Amino acid sequence: MEKKSNRVLSAIESVCYKFRYLFLILYVALMVIVPFLDIKLVHAQVIILIGVYAMLGMGLNVLIGYTGLVSLGHAGFYAIGAYTCALLETKLGVNFWLALVASGVLTAFIGFLLGLPSLRLSGSYLSIVTLGFCEIVTMILKQWESVTNGNYGVRNIKQPVFFGIKLDMYNGGLIVLMLVLCLIVGVASLAIRNSNAGRAFRAIKDDELAANMMGIHVSRYKIMSFVISAFITGIAGGFYCVTRNYIEPGSFNFDVSILILSVVIIGGLGTIRGMVFGAAILQLFPQVFRFLDEWRYVVYGLLLIVMMRFRPQGLLGWQSTQPYHLSKKTKQILEADGGTSEPLEAAGKTEGGSEQ
Amino acid sequence: MSGFLEVSHIKMQFGGLAAVDDVTMHVDKGEIVSLIGPNGAGKTTVFNMLTGVYNITSGEMSFEGQDLKSMIPQDIVKIGISRTFQNLRLFPKMRVIENVLVGTHVRTKYNFWDSLLRTPRFRREEAEHTARVIQILRSIGMDGMRNSFVNSLPYGDQRKVEIARAIATDAKLILLDEPAAGMNPAESEELLRFIRELRDKGYTILLIEHDMSVVMNISDRIYVLDHGKLIAEGLPQEIANNPKVIEAYLGGEQKNVKNN
Ligand SMILES: Nc1ncnc2c1ncn2[C@@H]1O[C@H](COP(=O)(O)OP(=O)(O)OP(=O)(O)O)[C@@H](O)[C@H]1O
Ligand SMILES: [Mg+2]
Repeated sequence: MEKKSNRVLSAIESVCYKFRYLFLILYVALMVIVPFLDIKLVHAQVIILIGVYAMLGMGLNVLIGYTGLVSLGHAGFYAIGAYTCALLETKLGVNFWLALVASGVLTAFIGFLLGLPSLRLSGSYLSIVTLGFCEIVTMILKQWESVTNGNYGVRNIKQPVFFGIKLDMYNGGLIVLMLVLCLIVGVASLAIRNSNAGRAFRAIKDDELAANMMGIHVSRYKIMSFVISAFITGIAGGFYCVTRNYIEPGSFNFDVSILILSVVIIGGLGTIRGMVFGAAILQLFPQVFRFLDEWRYVVYGLLLIVMMRFRPQGLLGWQSTQPYHLSKKTKQILEADGGTSEPLEAAGKTEGGSEQ
Repeated sequence: MSGFLEVSHIKMQFGGLAAVDDVTMHVDKGEIVSLIGPNGAGKTTVFNMLTGVYNITSGEMSFEGQDLKSMIPQDIVKIGISRTFQNLRLFPKMRVIENVLVGTHVRTKYNFWDSLLRTPRFRREEAEHTARVIQILRSIGMDGMRNSFVNSLPYGDQRKVEIARAIATDAKLILLDEPAAGMNPAESEELLRFIRELRDKGYTILLIEHDMSVVMNISDRIYVLDHGKLIAEGLPQEIANNPKVIEAYLGGEQKNVKNN
């Protein structure tokens, strides 16, 4: 049964792959159309949250899906991103776009610090450290009243203005911004995945010793993956704060960490499509099953258990059946060399690496 | 000491056990040298010492005049020593081509921002590495499997991927730990030919192998370890007729000779 579903999924994948540029065009077209659609406030809020959680998922995915480090404290990064942006805007009057970048950068720096213990700890120990980190962050947000306003939270967060146009819930501006950010984060995640650093991350996840023996500086790459993950999460937080009128410490508790983790696991570790899908499911589920009241959480829990039993790799997590993408340049080099040159020449004997 | 690989009086002590005890050996450029010995003789431990997995207890090791003793594994790969593992250590969730691309890690010069922005430098280097990896896969007969995920491959093929990955680091000295294990006779014949080809292309090979017919066939020189100590060294013919070696292999429990 699983085999068959995999075949269906990979058939869909090859269609999607074939038409990937079409999808990109449609996506961009969507951004253009959104402002002209009449989206109800409740719907707009759900759509925005899906986008925020897709970004949060992509952020955590760099850490768990690529490098294999499990964090239970990403709500901490999320909070730092949101508070940085909100406080810079409301207290110092910093322009949103600058504040957003600052959210990413500051959160990335905290990610660097939290990454340091990951060099010594592994598995569940690291998870517990990250859990503690999230608790500390919410504690600070509650106690450091002079800056964070404590439990009262930060109020009157202004909406971003883009060339004189205020982006808000009513004109679809925030949805467009969400679509843009998701696209950037998604494309960046893929670019990282298919590069030297991405391969190093995934090698570390699969076999740390072998990664070492291939010359990968494991600690450096673990920290780097913390930094990237925190940066993305911080950006998601910064964006989130302007979609709300106010934020408070309670918006970033342990439940939120678990929700982010669920997005990654349910969607499919390591994939981008999975993050978007996971975020959509987790945000829509409580809405669609509203009539079940409190029972929906029971159903939700049951579904999770069933899924872990039958599809532990996540709903959209499967090993791609698409061939590895070879760039034009690669093909050119291969063609130019044909079968004529000596591919295995040892280093030092001749200098390899022809340009074309 | 300024030869290719020079190892003198190295020792590895695990608690009360001297897994490798006072071993002196050398490998010259362009040779195929085999390291043989019964189970638990300390062969893999020698590889682990050479590649920086263990800090050696005492002795000296150098490669092209550079002191290996104080180097971390990452630097050892960089100066040109790469290895395979007795119990496969591939990256199972990555494709064959990606596994081998990991081998190019130490030769990669572009940085994170290059990959994020897909700069010309990134594209050029990535294309060169990918093309080279494909050529390596072709030469070892694995290009057809390029897109497969490693965990779906038969054992023998996984071994080939490991060898390809070691080559992709641009190593000058390649350490192969029982590369023919798990291969059928035809495959292992093929592998022998490939290893010779590597030597002819300028690589130097240090080989651990149980299969005596393989070892006798391919080696320029042989070292024999038993209980951590070097008991013999020499040309294949000398080793085959050395009473100490016959004793070590046949005298013990006779459990580990696959003399076919
Ligand atoms: N990390 C370690 N800690 C303690 N003892 C070890 C360690 N590694 C190896 N040994 C011991 O050292 C001895 C040599 O092991 P090694 O793996 O080098 O043997 P080998 O010659 O490769 O054997 P085989 O043919 O079975 O692969 C064995 O007795 C082994 O139990
Ligand atoms: Mg061994």
